[in-house]
Amino acid sequence: MQPIFEATGISKSYGHILGCSNINLSLYSGEVMGIVGESGSGKSTLLNCLSAQIMPDQGEVIFRSPSRGEVDILKLSEAEQRYLARTEWAYVHQNPRDGLRMSVSAGGNVGERLMNIGNRHYGNIRTKAEDWMSRVELDTSRIDHRPSTFSGGMQQRLQIARNLVTEPRLIFMDEPTGGLDVSVQARLLDLLRSLVQELSLSVIIVTHDLAVIRMLADRMVVMKNGNVVEAGLADQVLDDPQHPYTQLLVSSILQV
Amino acid sequence: MSNDYNFAYLDEQTKRMIRRGLLKSIAIPGYQVPFASREMPMPYGWGTGGVQVTSACLVPEDKIKVIDQGADDTTNAVSIRQFFEKTAKVETTTHTEKASLIQTRHRIPEHDLDENQILVYQVPIPEPLRFLEPRESETRKMHALTEYGLMHVKLYEDIAHHGHIATSYAYPVKVEGRYVMDPSPIPKFDNPKMSMCPALQLFGAGREQRLYAIPPYCEVISLDFEDHPFTRLKANAECELCSANNSYLDEVIIDDEGNRMFVCSDTHYCEARQADGHRGKRNRLDQEGYDATHI
Ligand SMILES: Nc1ncnc2c1ncn2[C@@H]1O[C@H](COP(=O)(O)OP(=O)(O)O)[C@@H](O)[C@H]1O
Ligand SMILES: [Mg+2]
Repeated sequence: MQPIFEATGISKSYGHILGCSNINLSLYSGEVMGIVGESGSGKSTLLNCLSAQIMPDQGEVIFRSPSRGEVDILKLSEAEQRYLARTEWAYVHQNPRDGLRMSVSAGGNVGERLMNIGNRHYGNIRTKAEDWMSRVELDTSRIDHRPSTFSGGMQQRLQIARNLVTEPRLIFMDEPTGGLDVSVQARLLDLLRSLVQELSLSVIIVTHDLAVIRMLADRMVVMKNGNVVEAGLADQVLDDPQHPYTQLLVSSILQV
Repeated sequence: MSNDYNFAYLDEQTKRMIRRGLLKSIAIPGYQVPFASREMPMPYGWGTGGVQVTSACLVPEDKIKVIDQGADDTTNAVSIRQFFEKTAKVETTTHTEKASLIQTRHRIPEHDLDENQILVYQVPIPEPLRFLEPRESETRKMHALTEYGLMHVKLYEDIAHHGHIATSYAYPVKVEGRYVMDPSPIPKFDNPKMSMCPALQLFGAGREQRLYAIPPYCEVISLDFEDHPFTRLKANAECELCSANNSYLDEVIIDDEGNRMFVCSDTHYCEARQADGHRGKRNRLDQEGYDATHI
């Protein structure tokens, strides 16, 4: 079996500041890849390069699309990248405000991707929006409410519904539980885990929280100063870290 | 003093610049072309975009008509008409069929337009996507890549909150299957008149510095949903002065008691029908107490 997603030699600098350097990473269908590291280690830079939100200085990203076969992501036109981004891909932001339209109702938020790909039947769009709201455990009677009236955890679940409604193959997530209270985080993680299993989603998730990795990830990479210092099966890395930096990360969480 | 004005006020170089923009807008129906809008001797909101387009299009043989909400006699329409009488010394008219150029705010005349006419719209906000996406860089990209799902999100919101598409002015359209365009705040009743229209339709937004166009005989489709199709929306009434039942009606207050009546918003159309002997219920010879041939 070939990976659904393969990145090789990804490097990105901001002037003389290193973002990330020569990163290789691959993902199989139905697999969750965690990217961990402390703040400033280059996780978001890498994720944004992988998802073609920014152009790396070097490297190649291959996606094996169910509909189009093998595509060289960074060589696509912007129009093709944006089309892919709202059909077969999804991107969940840490701050739901970055991933939602705050002035549009919950139903409109979930329906937008459907309308983007040409769905023109109001009743069908609404039915799907309700369906996805209940799948992320949101009260469907709030379908016409604006996300600004939702709690942080509800907003994040709405953002996930909005992204999954077109049944994308590959989901990028940047610290999706980042801004939430611990109990809310736990509920969101439960939800993410069941969605990943149910829909056999392929996910690349960035986090500084090893508990998130423990719960969701099959494999992981550890980043430090823009480089990957350790990579492997998530359980193995967490139980038996080899690199001193990973050992430090793991021991610091165990102390909590 | 008025001899000191260049023909139609703007200098020749500015008019050439605007004409180049207009030619580009005609070449790409519905596409917003930026232009360097000039200060005009009237405030923004008074149709400075339309006035600049008219100025760039006028020739001495033109006969122009100016309407505001369908009426030839409002302050705004009168002052723009006088402006061109003074600066271009062109003839003016209130007759739709006699005008070679019609500048309008918020209406399309009821009388069919023909191939020898230009209709110039005054536009306050040219960007139809602005409502949900304030970033200009993003809306430009959406137009370039034909990403118009957001326009339907706006209509979705209408139905979710009102049970039907409540947008009744500035109702978004798609021109020639490509660009989504704001038709300016005309009532959606007028939208179908834009499609396959023999006249050249030009749009000018002064403050926002944009020009766009619908060339003659272009297809203009009002956006909608399969299960909530576009409807024209018209008061279920006929004009009480001329009995027209297929024109756009305004509901106006006619006395101190707050009594109301429906009349054509297109004053010239209404007067022409009355001159042809059409009479509405407020205006029949047997009806006393009203002399409402003109309000
Ligand atoms: N837009 C940017 N301009 C300049 N430097 C940036 C930019 N984005 C990130 N950086 C720098 O790149 C490095 C990696 O940042 P980032 O990818 O955001 O790390 P993380 O997500 O792991 O916190 C940091 O030194 C950061 O300051
Ligand atoms: Mg980050």
